Amino acid sequence: MATITYREALNQALSEEIERDDKVVLMGEEVAQFKGSYKVSEGMLEKFGSDRIIDTPISEAAFSGLAVGAAMMGMRPVVEFMFWSFCYVAFDQIFNNAANVRYMSGGLINVPIVFRGPANGGTNVGATHSHTPENFAANTPGIKVICPATPADAKGMLKSAIRDNDPVCVMENTILYNLQGEVPEEDDFIIPLGKANVVREGSDLSIIAHGKSVHTALEVAQTLDETHKVSAEVVDLRSIRPLDTETILSSVRKTNRVLLVEENKPFCGVDAQIAFLIQDQAFDYLDAPIKRVSAIDAPQAYSKSLENAQIPNHDRVLSKAMELI
Amino acid sequence: MEGLHHDTIVDGEEDDSPAKKQDSPVEEELVGDVRIEDFSEKQINHSLAPEERVNLYEQMVRIRRFEERSLRSYQQGHIGGFLHLYIGQEAVAVGAVSVMGEDDHVITAYRDHGHALAVGMDMDECMAELYGKKTGCSKGKGGSMHFFAPDKNFWGGHGIVGGQTPLGLGIAYALKFNKKAGSCLCFMGDGATNQGPFYESLNLASLWNLPVVYVIENNGYSMGTAEARHSAGEPLARRGDMFDIDWSVSHGHDMYEVRHTINDALERAHNESRPSVLEIVTYRYRGHSVADPDQTYRSKEEIEEYKKSKDPINLYKEKLIAEGHLTEGSALEIDRLAKEEAEASAEFAQASPLPEPTELMDDIYWETDNPASKTSQGTMFFETP
Repeated sequence: MATITYREALNQALSEEIERDDKVVLMGEEVAQFKGSYKVSEGMLEKFGSDRIIDTPISEAAFSGLAVGAAMMGMRPVVEFMFWSFCYVAFDQIFNNAANVRYMSGGLINVPIVFRGPANGGTNVGATHSHTPENFAANTPGIKVICPATPADAKGMLKSAIRDNDPVCVMENTILYNLQGEVPEEDDFIIPLGKANVVREGSDLSIIAHGKSVHTALEVAQTLDETHKVSAEVVDLRSIRPLDTETILSSVRKTNRVLLVEENKPFCGVDAQIAFLIQDQAFDYLDAPIKRVSAIDAPQAYSKSLENAQIPNHDRVLSKAMELI
Repeated sequence: MEGLHHDTIVDGEEDDSPAKKQDSPVEEELVGDVRIEDFSEKQINHSLAPEERVNLYEQMVRIRRFEERSLRSYQQGHIGGFLHLYIGQEAVAVGAVSVMGEDDHVITAYRDHGHALAVGMDMDECMAELYGKKTGCSKGKGGSMHFFAPDKNFWGGHGIVGGQTPLGLGIAYALKFNKKAGSCLCFMGDGATNQGPFYESLNLASLWNLPVVYVIENNGYSMGTAEARHSAGEPLARRGDMFDIDWSVSHGHDMYEVRHTINDALERAHNESRPSVLEIVTYRYRGHSVADPDQTYRSKEEIEEYKKSKDPINLYKEKLIAEGHLTEGSALEIDRLAKEEAEASAEFAQASPLPEPTELMDDIYWETDNPASKTSQGTMFFETP
């Protein structure tokens, strides 16, 4: 095991896959000379050259669509969005073209492409730069969506995504880029998509989360244990589509109480689907209604104090957990 | 002709534009009210063997008869949704595809039947797709707007106006990345020239020296909105100029002119890896989709006048007869065979089975279609038949 940052883990995944497969290229705004807006691709231009690490103009619709066209021809492009919020100007290319070409061609054409970048609030940048579109990406059949929360997951899942023959949206988090964690050093470390992770075992309550909310959930679980003698289990979804329904349901059958936590906005958010799943398939195991903490249902606020209140934080999650006990 | 002001551009002051790469006309004649240059002596046409010339005629007739037959099926209720017919524009797809080489590729918008048949797709699979049958080219999942044949370098069939313009760029990019001396012909309508991704694509095409040829099939109308009401600045192809892209305007009713124009652009793509914007002025006889009314934005007389003076199939037939490669009798025989083939395709489509509801779940993810090679875990679908 080596201790590296989430950022370094992404860099390793990209570098290893570019070395492994000559069809893989990384393209996006500032990924080459500038070394990535968040320095994820540091050193890669020098190592792999400008044919593989490609700076694009600020022109998401064109370079996203270009990458889809190249993927249709058999390449494996990785498209970096400086923020996932910017995918909105490339919506047609991702959610019409990448998502539907395989289906509309009766399976004749594959689109092995990765769209990746940060999708999070909490950085004081206002409504236009703080979207978390994992819910509507996952609402699109043909697309896969993952939200790695740790350096190991970032590396292992991004590598899986690049090798996948279907379009995968990788939603990262700028606040996690500096997070350190242990990452296996084995040659070909891979984490399959669609495999949730029980990151803390518990018996009284299941807190199910994804992305940065996993870390909030872990902090709350610690407080519950230390202050209230409540044993909370924390499940990190890791992948939204495909979804590890079995791990979710087995945790619910074990603890009989569920708190869902996500940074998505509540209406039609990812956890709306998870709540439906649990009541549909584990209703008899529930000892209390499913509770949920999401972002407060307003456009993302700029002011730090407002945004801190808006995103699921320790106190909001803790108080909702206490309602369940 | 009122409402066709895009035609006046071709014959107007733009002729001496430095970006226009056409040679001076070898010979001029008047057909209807439009001056036509004679492109038959251009190298790409001069070298055509007699049977190749006749084949181009056959291809156009096949497309027209196929679409007329599909229109009847639509009216009989066998075909649903939209049916955007290409009737009137046939010389553009047939002429363009006829000059393509092995590594040249095609992508187009939703008016795609002509391009599909021109690249060699079978009438049966196309008609069956319109009928929503299992034997259709997309197993009934794509429909009229979404035909694909990657084995014939044909990448669709795209329903969103202008949405295919970045994809064409990507096809050209992949060819260049793989060091192929090929290109991508990216067809679009005049209406698509007002979509943002088109301009973003032009910028990247020129910036990165990509071998993509944007072919604006200007039929004068963006759905029911005439060019004069949808586009500022004429001609539309001049929009390539601001990105330093070679552009030209040419006639789409002249098979030889289309071939010459496209061939020039392909050579530029192959030899210089440079993009082009070609505006090819043409006309559609039917509504935007067949269910749309024509009378709200153009007159019957306008359509009849075009048919009379500039029908691409008639003009080419007259040329071939004059050249001695075709007779009225052999033209009739070609027509009869095309009608038979179209009729047979409708019978094939009618007799073909419908897809089963369980087939809804096929062709979504590569992985779920190839379970033996599956690497992901978990639930992929949340409601299934």
